[in-house]
Amino acid sequence: MSILVDEDTRVVVQGITGGEGKFHTQQMMEYGTNVVAGAVPGKGGQEVEGVPVYDTVEQAAREEDADASVVFVPPAFAADAVFEALDAPLDLVVAITEGIPTQDMAKVNKRLSEVDTRLLGPNCPGIITPGESKLGILPGNIFESGNVGLVSRSGTLTYQVVDNLTSRGIGQTTAIGIGGDPIIGTDFIDALELFEADEDTEAVVMCGEIGGEDEEDAAQFIAENMDTPVAGFIAGRTAPPGKRMGHAGAIVSGSGTGTAESKIDALNDAGVPVGDTPNEVADHIEDFL
Amino acid sequence: MKLHEYQAKRVFADAGIPTPASALASSVDEVVDAAEEIGYPVAVKAQVHVGGRGKAGGIKLADDREEAEQAAEDILGMDLKGYTVEEVLVEEAVNFKNELYVGVTMDRGEGEPVAMVSTKGGVNIEEVAEEDPDAIAREHVDPAFGMHGYQARKVVYDAGVPREVASDVASVLSTLFQLWDDRDASDIEVNPLMITEDDEVVAADAVMNIDDDALFRQPDLAEMEDETYEDDLERKAGEYGFDYVRLSGNTGIIGNGAGLVMTTLDLVDYYGGSPANFLDIGGGAKADRVANALDMVFSDENVDAVVFNIFGGITRGDEVAKGINSALEQFDEIPKRVVVRLAGTNAEEGREILNDELVTVEETLEDAVQRAVEYAEVEA
Repeated sequence: MSILVDEDTRVVVQGITGGEGKFHTQQMMEYGTNVVAGAVPGKGGQEVEGVPVYDTVEQAAREEDADASVVFVPPAFAADAVFEALDAPLDLVVAITEGIPTQDMAKVNKRLSEVDTRLLGPNCPGIITPGESKLGILPGNIFESGNVGLVSRSGTLTYQVVDNLTSRGIGQTTAIGIGGDPIIGTDFIDALELFEADEDTEAVVMCGEIGGEDEEDAAQFIAENMDTPVAGFIAGRTAPPGKRMGHAGAIVSGSGTGTAESKIDALNDAGVPVGDTPNEVADHIEDFL
Repeated sequence: MKLHEYQAKRVFADAGIPTPASALASSVDEVVDAAEEIGYPVAVKAQVHVGGRGKAGGIKLADDREEAEQAAEDILGMDLKGYTVEEVLVEEAVNFKNELYVGVTMDRGEGEPVAMVSTKGGVNIEEVAEEDPDAIAREHVDPAFGMHGYQARKVVYDAGVPREVASDVASVLSTLFQLWDDRDASDIEVNPLMITEDDEVVAADAVMNIDDDALFRQPDLAEMEDETYEDDLERKAGEYGFDYVRLSGNTGIIGNGAGLVMTTLDLVDYYGGSPANFLDIGGGAKADRVANALDMVFSDENVDAVVFNIFGGITRGDEVAKGINSALEQFDEIPKRVVVRLAGTNAEEGREILNDELVTVEETLEDAVQRAVEYAEVEA
C-alpha cells in the first residue's frame, strides 16, 4: 500500500509545453506514472510525448478523467495554476515551482481550507510511491518499494536519506517532499497522519530543517497520536540567525525561534531519535524494523 | 529586500502616513544645509541595513549648527557593524509623550498576515514579544478579504492606545496593511509611532521589507534596492546568482539543494571542522556554474580545503565531473584541495571522469566531509 498516489493515479501536467514540464513528463512516464493530459492555456489540441494538451485543467480532468496534477508553471502564474486545479476539482495538486510570492500562497492557503483538494508544495520535489507512480522531479532509480514512509522539506536531502535506506535494502511505501517555502499545503502533521493510517508503513523518516515551528508541532502530534515509530533528521544546526539558507523558509529568526536545537529537543522529547548524520537516521530505522 | 528608512518613509508619506520633515544627505555640508532648512533640533540617522543603529552610534541629535556638523562628521563614513555609512537622513526631532508600535507581518504558522499594535513602542518588538507577549495586541487578517475597518479598530483598542489618538492610529494601521498587501511586503512597521503633545501621530521610523520572490511585479521598489553586502564574496555570489552565506570556518562547501548543503555544513561541524560557507549551486549545475562556485570558495582566504557534494536527481554526475575537471585544469596549481562526492544520476560515470590528480574522490557523504576536514586541518 501507499499514500496519496499509486498506479491508478491519473495525472495532468500543468505547464507541459515548457522545458521543465516536457522533460519531467517524459521522466514520469518512463517511471510508469499515468500521465493522461497536459494543461496549458492557448496550447489546447497539441500533443506532448503523445499526451493530449488542453487549454484548461477542468477540460483535461473531464476529458481524461484525471484526479491529480503536477504544476511546472513559472512563479508569476503558479498560484493561478493552483487555484485552477483546486476548482477543477482535482484530489491532489503537486506544485514544483520555486519562488511563488508568499502573499499568493497565503491566498491559496486560505482557499485550501475551503476545499477537499490536497496541495503538496510548492517548492518541492514531489511524491513517489516506488514501483508505481511519481509526481514530480524525484530521481526514480534511487527508490525501492518497501515499508518505510518518508516526509521531508528538502529535495536532495531526501535523496540522500533514501540512498542510505535503499543501500541497506530498506524500501519505501511513499516518499513525500513537502517543500521549502514558508507557506505550504500539506505539512508534516498531514503526512504523518497518512502514514500512521497506512497499514504497510512500519516506520517513518521525517527530515526537517531550521525555520518556523512545524517540526515542533509535528513532535507533539507524534507523541499524542502515533504508534508507528518515527526517526528524524534536522538540517541547519550550524546556520547563523537572520540568514536565509537557500530555502525561503529556512531561516532562524533574529529572536532565536526556528533553531535546529529547538526542533531536535522537541523530537527527542516526543521519543523520536534524531540522527546526527543521514546514515544514523537509517540506523534508527533499521532498529525499528 | 529591505528598503532604507528614508525610502520606506517616502512610500509611507505618499500613502498618507504623517512623517517628520526630512532630507537625505551624503556630505557634511548637505547635512548642515538640511538641518538649517528643517530647523533644530534635528536627528541625524545613518541609512544602512543594520538593526540597532541608535545603540551603535548611528543616530545623533543636534540642537544647533555646530552639533549638526559634528553629528555628520561622526556618522558619515563610520563603520556600522561592518557597513560603511554613505548617507544619512536629517530629520525634524519630534517632541513626543508616547511611543507606539504598529506593524504587519506574515504569520507563517497560520499562513495569514497578522496586524500588531503595542503601547510599548520605541524598543525592539521581538524583545517585547519575548518578555511581555501580552503587551502586543494581534489580529489575524484573511488574506483574501484584506483587513476590515473594525479589525484595525479592534487591535488598536485591544492594545490600550489612548482614546484621543485611537482613530488616527487605526488609520495608520489600515494604511500599513494596504501597503503590505499592494506592495508585497513581508514586514512593514512603524516603530515608534510617536504621539505628540498635541495628540498628533507621526511615524518616526519606518521598516518595509519586500518579498524577494515578488519583486518582479514591484518594479519601482525593485529599483530602490541598495545591495550592501557585508563583503566582496557575498557581492560576487549575488552576481553569480548563488544562494550563499559566508561563515567563519575554513572548510569550503559546495553542494546542490538547500537541505543537503545545510546538512554538509552540519557534518563538517560534527566531524570537528568548521564550515566556511553555505553555497547552493542549484539544479542542473552546468559547467560555468561549477567553475563559478569553485571560484567563490577559492576566493575566500579563510578556506583551507573544499568539499563538493552533489546528489544528482536532475543534475547529472558526469556533467558535474566534466565541469569540475575543466574548471580545475585552468589552474597551474590548484589553490585548495578539493574533495568530491557524487551520488545519484550517473554518479559512477562521474567518478570515472573525475581526474584524481586534481581532486580527491570519496563515495559517501560522511567520508567526503571527514576527508575535507582532515585536509583543512593540515593546511590551517
